Amino acid sequence: MKKSIYLDNNSTTQVAPEVLEAMMPYLSESYANPSSLHSLGRKNRDAIEKARKEVASLINAKPTEIIFTASGSEANNMAIRGTARQFMGKGNHIIISSIEHSSVLHSLDLIKKWQMGETTELNVNMFGSIDPEDLIQSLTKYTFLVSIMHSNNEVGTTQPIKTLSDIAHRKGICFHTDAVASAGKIPLDVKDLGIDLLTISAHKIHGPKGVGALYIKEGVKIEPIIYGGGQEQGLRAGTENLAGIVGFGKAALLAKQELSDGTPAKIAALRNYLELGLKMHIPEVKINGHPIERLCNTLNISIAYVEGEAMLMNLDLEGIAVAAGSACSVGKSEPSHVLKAMGVQDKYINSPIRISLDKHNTKEEIDYTIEVLVKIVERLRSISPLWKPK
Amino acid sequence: MQEVFLNNNASTKVDPEVLDAMLPYFCEHYGNPSNLHSFGREAKEAIEQAREQVADFLNAKPEEIYFTSGGTESNNLAIKGILRANIDHGNHIITSKIEHDSVLRTIEFLEKMRYIETDSIAVDEFGTVVADQLEQYLTNNTILVSIMHSNNEVGTIQPIKKLTAIAHNKEVYFHTDAVASAGKIPIDVADLDVDLLTLSAHKFHGPKGVGCLYIKESVKIEKIIYGGEQERGMRAGTENLAGIVGLGKAAHIAKNHLNRGGPQKIENLRNHFEAEITSRINDIKINGHPTQRYCSILNVSFAAVNHQQLIESLDQAGIKVSSGSVCETDQYKTSYVLQAMNVEEKYLNNQVRFGLSKYTTQDEINYTIDVLVNLVKHLRSNKKS
Repeated sequence: MKKSIYLDNNSTTQVAPEVLEAMMPYLSESYANPSSLHSLGRKNRDAIEKARKEVASLINAKPTEIIFTASGSEANNMAIRGTARQFMGKGNHIIISSIEHSSVLHSLDLIKKWQMGETTELNVNMFGSIDPEDLIQSLTKYTFLVSIMHSNNEVGTTQPIKTLSDIAHRKGICFHTDAVASAGKIPLDVKDLGIDLLTISAHKIHGPKGVGALYIKEGVKIEPIIYGGGQEQGLRAGTENLAGIVGFGKAALLAKQELSDGTPAKIAALRNYLELGLKMHIPEVKINGHPIERLCNTLNISIAYVEGEAMLMNLDLEGIAVAAGSACSVGKSEPSHVLKAMGVQDKYINSPIRISLDKHNTKEEIDYTIEVLVKIVERLRSISPLWKPK
Repeated sequence: MQEVFLNNNASTKVDPEVLDAMLPYFCEHYGNPSNLHSFGREAKEAIEQAREQVADFLNAKPEEIYFTSGGTESNNLAIKGILRANIDHGNHIITSKIEHDSVLRTIEFLEKMRYIETDSIAVDEFGTVVADQLEQYLTNNTILVSIMHSNNEVGTIQPIKKLTAIAHNKEVYFHTDAVASAGKIPIDVADLDVDLLTLSAHKFHGPKGVGCLYIKESVKIEKIIYGGEQERGMRAGTENLAGIVGLGKAAHIAKNHLNRGGPQKIENLRNHFEAEITSRINDIKINGHPTQRYCSILNVSFAAVNHQQLIESLDQAGIKVSSGSVCETDQYKTSYVLQAMNVEEKYLNNQVRFGLSKYTTQDEINYTIDVLVNLVKHLRSNKKS
């Protein structure tokens, strides 16, 4: 039987059976609109509020500080454009980093197009880390928002968020972090990190696709980007994705348990084993991302003289699913903006593959992956005119 | 106690066949549709199949269907997206006084920011928009007309084809919010000649959290959620895979339901309901158009009755209804739809909206009639004493 090994958990994850089970009543008998005032509507409202508590608990927030959205992308759009609207006329400068997710990068498109403000992109070093000193230098008296991702979805580098948010707060500037890639892998504590706005997405933590959340610290003012009914404290109109939200709550609850039972360390051990195996068997590879400050499950590896996409397709034929970069950048032929920002040399910039594990992966799967990957690299290199074995 | 769900204008039960279609996409086929590997490709194929089903339901081309998180997002996209792409041609938008909140609040925000100028078309006593006013309001600066296909509170169906012709005569885009109509009235975008049309899955036995916007091929529009290249660059964010599959299946089922006379059965039941309460309860008023009204809705005002009490008493008797749109923050404030229809004072703050579905039975309606007759009598006599 053909193997099926899923190693693309930074793109999306399998819905946990417990999550689906929690969702089922809301996809069948409990279908009333949560805004309806009758008993069935109120019961469904309660289910949403329970999920809100569960999600809040994952990041140590108050339930009233959680606004459900349709995705991490929407939450990022809301964090940036909703804040921009609030500050219009008072400040006009936003600082982000050059390795943000496309939903942060492109949220600025409109602001640039309508000349609503100035933007600064902070550079990163060769490991993908931001130097806090750069943030200090970039702040102006017009800066109203700093948005830096908690960890990078492509290479896994985690940022010194606490230091960065401190710097912003000393000048009274709002701080947003996209924590979509970090949730469930690193404990997130909004109080400790000193965050004003934080984005998470259910489908990256074994919840369903189509639901995300924006944490908005009490007292932080933000305008909606979708107008209509009074749902989500008037900040996000539209009938709630009831089952999706319930699933998100359950996924958050499970993620919190796994963070405390040592699951991330087990995943990291397996990832390190994979990393070592590939480095040992394949010459001229480069691990992208920070050697230590990196998500437990992420291995972004460039294999010189092998196109990332060719690698991906060949692995797929062997039943192994990996990515060549961010799923949200598929279809673009340019090299990864993250690797470019890290100054990765030409030899390695077109050949990244991203292998991202989860708790379900086994040592057998990783052994098989190493074996197959090594063979494919040998084959692809043997037909590459550029490859000259040493 | 018997439980009777007559709040199908607020949301509907997911059809078991829809749920069956969705289930594999949670735990088995969970790939990200943007991925190139087999997990990703099978997810992508499922989405494209759903797109074909929805397109078939609307007589559109698959590439004219853009999935969103619901009717509200679609309405926001239609209005703001058209404005952003056509601001060079003008900034005047025309709508009606009885649109859904997601249209009205979007327009209100844009107007407050002074991005647009607007005019709002009146309706007659039946809730039908006054077509002549559209002619009057159209200017060289008009870029969009947005008028709902049918009204979610009273059910009145609008003369969309006629209105579209008027707008197109001046080369102005026409959007219609068809959330309330879907599955109840056949919708043919080619015949209606609309440029944009909004649908929401959970109003016709699909899941909550997913909808779509039909955008005619030639229409110039910009996205409102920025990021990845999903939905051919029109709407960023990882797709709600299972939800989209559910919307596709719901559209497919709804098409068969329409073809097999489903609405007629519901209408017969609704008409029986209406006839019975009209004959057994005095001083009531049926709101909406007598004939141009969709099959499943009955909006009734009960003079001299506190409708909050009535709705809560019905709830206790197992009958689930609402006063009108449940998207309103205060559902017992005076309905702007009834106000726009010039409903007389006596009938203004005491309406109840009953919404039937294909699952509603004759028994349930008979039970409801009996309970309602008694409750109204009881509430009115309490008031007098």
